[in-house]
Amino acid sequence: MNTRTIEKLSILADAAKYDVSCSSSGSKRKNENGGLGNASGMGICHAYTEDGRCVSLLKILLTNHCIYDCAYCISRKSNDVRRAAFTIDEVVDLTISFYRRNYIEGLFLSSGIFKNADYTMERLVKIAQKLRTEHRFNGYIHLKAIPGASEDLLHQAGLYADRLSMNIEMPTSEGLALLAPDKKREDMVQPMKYLKKAIAENIDSKSASNRSRLFLPAGQSTQMVVGATKETDWDVLGIATEFYQKMKLKRVYYSGYVPVSNDKRLPSVGTPVPFIRENRLYQADWLLRFYGFRVGELLSPATPQLEMEIDPKLSWALKNMQVFPVDINSADYQLLIKVPGLGLESARKICTARRFGRLNWEHLKKMGVMINKVRYFLICDKDYERKDWQPEQIRSFILNGGASKYKAAFSAQLQLF
Amino acid sequence: MKQVVYDGSFAGLLTAIFEVYEYKLKDVTLCREGDFSPALFEKHHVVYTNEQKAKRVMAKLNSKMSTAALSQFYRCFLAELSEMDNCLLRYAKYTVSSKNSVENNYRNPDVLLVQQISRKVYREKHRMEAFVRFKLTGDGLYYSVIQPDYNVLPLILKHFRERYADQRWLIYDVRRKYGIHYDGSSLEEVSIDFGSSSQASIVEERSSVLDEKEELCQQLWQQYFSSVNIPERKNMKLHIRHMPKRYWRYLTEKMA
Repeated sequence: MNTRTIEKLSILADAAKYDVSCSSSGSKRKNENGGLGNASGMGICHAYTEDGRCVSLLKILLTNHCIYDCAYCISRKSNDVRRAAFTIDEVVDLTISFYRRNYIEGLFLSSGIFKNADYTMERLVKIAQKLRTEHRFNGYIHLKAIPGASEDLLHQAGLYADRLSMNIEMPTSEGLALLAPDKKREDMVQPMKYLKKAIAENIDSKSASNRSRLFLPAGQSTQMVVGATKETDWDVLGIATEFYQKMKLKRVYYSGYVPVSNDKRLPSVGTPVPFIRENRLYQADWLLRFYGFRVGELLSPATPQLEMEIDPKLSWALKNMQVFPVDINSADYQLLIKVPGLGLESARKICTARRFGRLNWEHLKKMGVMINKVRYFLICDKDYERKDWQPEQIRSFILNGGASKYKAAFSAQLQLF
Repeated sequence: MKQVVYDGSFAGLLTAIFEVYEYKLKDVTLCREGDFSPALFEKHHVVYTNEQKAKRVMAKLNSKMSTAALSQFYRCFLAELSEMDNCLLRYAKYTVSSKNSVENNYRNPDVLLVQQISRKVYREKHRMEAFVRFKLTGDGLYYSVIQPDYNVLPLILKHFRERYADQRWLIYDVRRKYGIHYDGSSLEEVSIDFGSSSQASIVEERSSVLDEKEELCQQLWQQYFSSVNIPERKNMKLHIRHMPKRYWRYLTEKMA
């Protein structure tokens, strides 16, 4: 490492930052060899950038040279940007030096495609291998699976990495064909299928013998860009559900498109990043994974977009008022978590606390529940004066009661433009 | 009202709880030695820490609550908040007097407070696991200076020992004037008396000169931190909520 490394780092970190995943949790890799690092605990965010995103991993590209020309990508072949490439040792050194100083949880390595898929993948694998074997590194390693890489290389990657991810890039095949004519959805889905099988086989074989061998303990994830093409939230969440169910993915990330190109096929440079939509998609994603909702309950082909003004759970509740009010002292957990304003943690607390006696609003308030939101959907011992509010009234009470951090974005002023 | 004074150690707190029962003390206020000022016309009771008594209280609590609740209890002690000791005393009495575990009875104000404060301490512990920044000295010691809101060093030891099993390190709490040193095989508490001058800077001076690569590493990290930022998404409010300003003075990436 030397001062030239600083320059390379600035180029190759800058090019990697559009990949939003930074998760370092979910692995089971313990420091059992007296070496460096431990990835068995929960993930840790060591810093936060000024855009408020977590910095958990050293997220870099091996190189930003690329043979492809995907319109949405800053490293596309036709883009006039500074190019650089790390050597294998540079990446290993950087990772170890940063990890020893407690800057990071590990490495997230991706790369532009140089020469071909296998040539690139082979180098990514070599870096992971070197970290694990020569440096006895037990920190977190997330490698990007290169579309079209051979199964043999994917398998090797799985032996050293904690997570592999293959980005689907665009929510629809049409979007992909439009913006990334060199890439095929099939080349992305095939490796996912292979890895899903390999992970399952490894778990099966573990019970028989060879207990200590890990194979992608933190599973697979993917990412798609939203707001670059004309896909709907129904499309986006539909494909996400498919990935969760059929491919057993651990996470699907949604990345609001940051305009990096003057290409006519894309929103022009200067178009605002669709933050709110991205946020609503993540909220919906959580509802699907942890709150027992199905996509069909939140959206339909007739209403294919999430509401921007209110969160998806509230939106669902206002359309399904027949479910409410729910009795705080008797409703079961599965129903409680569907109440707007109640999270998994408050629902759990309510369920344990009411075994000791009946709960009232005062108890809820002290537990940190947002009374102003839940009061329209719950009944307690000493009830608020109940009126037959219409959903539209409840919506406006809640909207006017709390200051949404997005409020400015809905002001009439903006509509003038 | 009777003040019960103890030495501020965890065993001391447990001994105090024991003696509240032993001497049938009524209407008591717990007080740490350092915070104690004798009030006129009021009696006080001095507790001498006793391992046997502490162990008995521990065993009793252990039999009445889960391990998770017991560590909540310990975390609240580490919060070093003056009202907390009395809350812990009431919580312990409530626990002892009940047949079954009361740890989930959030309708009780003490149970709720223990839950809430222990959570704050836990968050601080987690923050320190994130915000410790080691610097490497010429003789191979990775050292870090911290100034946590609560006394979380005892809670983060395990994490750092497991993670940095093959390197020598020192984490020093400037507020509480003690640190933990790991020599590659065992942990040791160290207290360094720096006198009155600025403590962080003395740690820097006392430790031998920095390793020759240290400055480059810090520059690399600072470069990385600024390069991963996406200016189009700037959100300082969120940034500061996650990384409150009081931690910045010890964060390498915020020193550039």
